[in-house]
Parts: sequence; structure tokens; C-alpha cells
Amino acid sequence: MTTPAPLLRFDGVICRFGAVTAVSGVTCDIAPGSFVALVGASGSGKSTLLKTVNTLVTPTEGRVVFAGEDVAELPPARLRRRVGYVFQGIGLFPHFTVAENIAIGPRLTGEKLPPERIAELLTLVELDPAMASRMPDELSGGQRQRVGVARALAGEPELLIMDEPFGALDPVTRDALGEKVRELHERLGLTTVMVTHDMAEALLLADRVLVMDKGALVADETPHALITGAGGEVAQGLVAVPRQQAERLAAMERSGEGRL
Amino acid sequence: MDNIWEILPGLTDKLAAHVVLSASAIGLAMLIALPMAVWASRSPMVSRVALSLASLVQTIPALALLALFFPLLLSLRSVFGEGLPTLGFLPALMALTLYALLPILRNAVTAQANLDPGVLEAADGVGMTKWQKLTLVEAPLSAPFIMAGIRTASVWTIGAATLATTIGQPSLGDPIFAGLQTQNWALVLAGCFASAGLALAADNLLWVIEVGLARRKRWMTLGGIAVVALGILAAVWAQGAGTAERRIVIAAKSFSEQYILAQLIGARLEAAGYAVEYRDGMGSAVVHGAVANSSIDIAVDYTGTIWANYLGRKDNPGREAMYDTIAAWEARENGVKVLGRLGFENAYAFAMRGDRARDLGITSLTDLAAAAPQLTVGGDPEFFERPEWIAVRDAYGLRFARSRNFAPTFMYNALASGEADVISAYTSDGRIAADKLAVLTDPAGALPSYDAILLLSPRIGTDPDVVAALQPLIGAISVEAMREANLAVDREDDRKQTPKAAAAELAKVINQTVVGKR
Repeated sequence: MTTPAPLLRFDGVICRFGAVTAVSGVTCDIAPGSFVALVGASGSGKSTLLKTVNTLVTPTEGRVVFAGEDVAELPPARLRRRVGYVFQGIGLFPHFTVAENIAIGPRLTGEKLPPERIAELLTLVELDPAMASRMPDELSGGQRQRVGVARALAGEPELLIMDEPFGALDPVTRDALGEKVRELHERLGLTTVMVTHDMAEALLLADRVLVMDKGALVADETPHALITGAGGEVAQGLVAVPRQQAERLAAMERSGEGRL
Repeated sequence: MDNIWEILPGLTDKLAAHVVLSASAIGLAMLIALPMAVWASRSPMVSRVALSLASLVQTIPALALLALFFPLLLSLRSVFGEGLPTLGFLPALMALTLYALLPILRNAVTAQANLDPGVLEAADGVGMTKWQKLTLVEAPLSAPFIMAGIRTASVWTIGAATLATTIGQPSLGDPIFAGLQTQNWALVLAGCFASAGLALAADNLLWVIEVGLARRKRWMTLGGIAVVALGILAAVWAQGAGTAERRIVIAAKSFSEQYILAQLIGARLEAAGYAVEYRDGMGSAVVHGAVANSSIDIAVDYTGTIWANYLGRKDNPGREAMYDTIAAWEARENGVKVLGRLGFENAYAFAMRGDRARDLGITSLTDLAAAAPQLTVGGDPEFFERPEWIAVRDAYGLRFARSRNFAPTFMYNALASGEADVISAYTSDGRIAADKLAVLTDPAGALPSYDAILLLSPRIGTDPDVVAALQPLIGAISVEAMREANLAVDREDDRKQTPKAAAAELAKVINQTVVGKR
């Protein structure tokens, strides 16, 4: 079996902000087609590392290589069109309609998205194409994040990066949207990197989980390996939380009573 | 008293000047404040400095700010040459622009600081350049708040622009200042109504634009902008139509006598076929400089004032020598032609209520000096800074219990009501006789003479037709005739006249005298 050339490579990435070192030397390859979850506690440096990909953060040292090119040397508008970005804040432009929001990336590179393409993108994220003319403040939180995903996909990106994309959503919406994104990942042949602090979400959606702690990469395992005890202390600490919750729920079911 | 509704239609040229001045100031303030706000949003340091400076400007009273530009521009003449205007539109524009900066800057900076960080991150995330982020996201989202700042600035500026009158820029302040000085309340109210109406109209139009921006109603935004633009264009057009040919500009300092004489001079020039324009209510200090640089063409000044303030002299060589020296000095130093003396003096004198002077046994300044520590002296706002006051004070050793400032017109009321025991009066003032005031004698000769003289700017001083039209005024106005005209304007009963009507009466008296002389 031959290893395909990585789509994304972090090469000795260090990010310092004054005296604080957010990322302290991360080296890692991400293969095309993989769904990678980047997990860690708050302040572990996972969001900072993710933002080096679309150059929202510039590394102090090291470099990020995307499809064979150093991202620092690519024009930001071109790069960001090829890298779809979804984040917790969603950040729909409140003065643009849904359609204008979705079409903004291509518009910046001089392309006008036809209405059919917008309808197609809305359908893709399971929204009614008639919503195209709505303003963002007329939508629910889940609908807005679906528009956010549609906007990230509008430029037909090779890579989708997501920073706590479902963090602000209620659990039901969150679960549905996670499954939807995973399905789109398969259907569109995307490479996806998702930052989350929720290990359960990472284990259920990703096929590779990177664990960060204090700026360093401390584990790089498949979900199965993590569940079966691999990855070391920090990773297992994060896995323990959903595992114990699941065990308590199972025990509750067995005993037929409340709180144990 | 005139009816306000009859005065208002006559204010259209003042209104047009007011609109052009205010709109220019707000436009210029926007050109400065908006890029500065963008810069400030990128640097907290710039934000702090810019907002502090703008706030500092705001603490200076508008009247002082306007006046400060006169010496500033005067000193800048060494850089930009003698053509740099020191009075009128330019200093008014600069002062009002500074005044309008704060609300625009503050709202723009606040609006940018309060933008949703998620939206800004998204703008970067979709690949916007800094410029695209500014034009596509930051500007449209800040626009309603910036518009609110522009509204505040507009209301302030339209109000403060009335003060531009004091530095020789026509505005709706002209009727207000003229009315205040002559106690013509209808004129004051007409000026206030017009400027308040203008401010309200501007506020509402800009509100329509603001709402249009906030609710993304393009027709409201564009409609509002169109109406504002039409209003400004109409004002520019109205002003342009009036200034096709330069008129003869006649100045009046802010007291009744000056208004009457300006009208008297204006009427003669109009009869001789000239178009004239009045700059009423100018500050005493700026009139002289304005005549010297021809931004004003004609002014009536007083020998004692020029002697002390411009020649810097403290001696008193006597009435004739003083006049001759001044006439020669004006021609030599400023190119100003002193056409002659009008015939009367408006000297400073000290006046008391007749009964009070008798009770205290005061008839001269020497007597006054003895009683002064128990008395209150009232003077016009500039009096206690003037060299005449310092000369009299030092010559007689005057030490009053209190000194108070009053507008010239109100000094007599203060004397009548006992708020002042003695006031700095003017010898040509009609109320001296009308109120039966005792004018104190000046045995030491400390007060210089104040012959009213007619000054012509270098621009028109050599025009023989102007000179011919004004020559009959020289030596023609007796102090009694002037007192009568002043009283007609200053009195508060139903025989009160406007300066224009009083000037017409005075002209009749002059003609009789001239005919009588022949």
C-alpha cells in the first residue's frame, strides 16, 4: 500500500503571542480524504493551529504546506476559497441575504454564482432553496450554521476546516448537523479538519483523532485505538468522560432506576 | 415692532449662506473623521489620541474657537501670503469643522468597536482583503451609527454657525446679533426660528437616511441623500446668484449706533447706484483688520480706539492732533483712507443716576474715586481690559467694591435697577439724556477723545463716486442728532425704531443741516 502525498502538512509550527506559546512545535501530515478531529481542552492551542491553515494566524516559526505549496506564499483570497472555513461564531453577514452570504467567496474572486448553484448548495445542507432571499436574522441557530456550511462549500474547496462548528447548537441540531457534514465529506470527497473539545463528537465523526495539550500534539490515533486504551494519559483522560457517561446510562437502563 | 413673518422672507440670503457654511463644515469633518476612524479602529493609540483631541476642541466655547482663527490665520499669512483670508468663510469653516469632528469620529469609532467579532472573522475567513472588509462589511454595518453621529454634528454645527456672524461671515446669526443689540426681539426670534427650523429639517432628513441604512431601504437612503443634495445645491445657487458682482461691504460693530450708521452709509451708496451688503455684529477687534485687508469696505471707528489699540499710544495730544496722526498713519501703514470725522464723539464717560450722584455728592471722577470702595462699576465686556479704563483707573486711583460686565444695551438697565452704581457710558448715547444721567467730569483729562471717523478700505478708497456719495456725511452728524437716533433704537416703548428707520430719520436731519449751512 502506497501512502498518498499529504494534502496538508504542518512542519514544525510554533505560534507565540508575546510571552505565551500557543503552539509549541507541531509536525503532522494529513492525507487527502481523511476526516481529522483535533481535540484538546480550552487553551491547548488547537484553534490556533487550525487558523494557521487559512493564514488567519501566521506561525512564528515553521510552515504550513497545502497541496504542495506554502500557505504563506499563496494569495489569501485564493487560498481561502480553496479552504472552506466553518466556525462557532458562524459570522453570517447580517446585511447580506442568505444567497449573498453563500456567494461571497466566489464573488471575491470575481465569479458570480448562479441561482441554481445556490439552490443546490442549500439543498445540500438540507435547507429550502426558497430561503435564498431571507436575511440571516430570520433564521434559527441551526439554519444559520447550515448556511455557514453552505458558504464554506460554495467555492468547491479541497479542504474544509471547522473550528468548534457545532459548539453553540442544541444537542439534537448538533448531532444532526454533525452527521450531515460527515455525509457531505464522503459525497464531495473532501478532506476535513475539525477542532472540538468534545471527545465523543470526535470519536463518532472522525477517522483520525489528534489530541493537543499545552501547545503540543500528544496523541495521534484512530477512534478505535483510543477507545481501546491507546494515546496516553491526556487522551485517555478525555476519552474517560464520554465512556463513563455511557456506562452510567447503560447501568441506569439495567437497574431501571435513577441516579447511581 | 416688526412682525416675525415679515422678516423671515428677507433672510433667504442669510439662510443660503448658513446652509453652505454648515454643509461645507460637516462635509469637511466627514472627510477628516471617517478615514481617521478607520485608522483608529486599527490602532487603539490613534483612537485614544484622536478622540481626546476632538473632545478637547469641544470644551472650547464655539465663540472663542471662531475668534481664535483670526490671529491664527493672520500669523499664517507669513507662510501663505497676504491673500489668505482671515475673516469670513475660511475661519468659520475651520472652526465649525473642528467642532463637528467629535460626534462623527466618536460614533464611527464606537460603531467599529462594536462590530460582531464573528462577522469580522468570517470576512477574513472567506478571503476578504482589508479594503473589501472595510467596504463590504465594516462600512455598511457601521453606516447607521455613523449617520447618527453626522446627525448630531449637523444639529450642533447649524446652531454654532450663527456665531460665525462675529467674524464677518454672513449667517442666520446676523439677525440674532443685530436684534440682541437693538433689542428688536422679533428680529432675534426670526433668526432663531430660521436656524432652529433648518436644524430640525436637517435632523429629520438625515434621520430618514439613517433609517434607510439601518433597515436596508435603499429608496429611503437615496431619497434622503437626494433631498439633502438638492437643498445644498439650491443654497449654493442662491448664494452664487447674489455674489456675481462684489458688493460694497459695510461693517457694524455690535451696538446700535454702528447699526444706524451702517444703514445710513448703505442708503447713500444704494442711492448712488451701488449694491451693498452689511456685516452686522462684528467683534470690535476684527473690524479694523478687516478694513485694512478689504474683506470689509467701510467701517465707522473711533479715534481713541485706534489711538490706543493700533497705534499703541497712551498719551493724549488733544483732539485735532490725534485725528491728524491717525489719518496719516492709516494711509501710510494700511492703505486705509480716513474720509473724515462724522462730527460727533462717542467717548467713554462715567455716568451715574442723577439722584444717586446728588445724594453722594459726586460730580467728577475725583469725587468718584473717594466713594468707589463702596460702589459697583458696570462696563461692557471689553471695557475692563481697555487701556482707557486702565488710564482712568490709574489717574484717579479708582478702586471699586465690585466690577461687573454687561452687554452695552443692558448697562443702562443695570444702572436703573441699582445692579451697578456707575457705568461706563458713551457720550453719544441717547439714554444719557433720556434717563437723566449725570455724566462725571474728567478734570485730569485721562479719557481720550473718540471722534467717529469713516474708514474706507484700500479697495474702494480711491473710487471717486464712493467718496462723492459719502462726503456729505463728513462733519454732518452732531452729537445731539446721533443721541436722538440712538435713543430711537434703544428705547423700549412703542416709539422704538429699527436701525434702518432711525437711519432714515437721521438722514433727514443731516439734509436739513446741510441745506441750512448753504
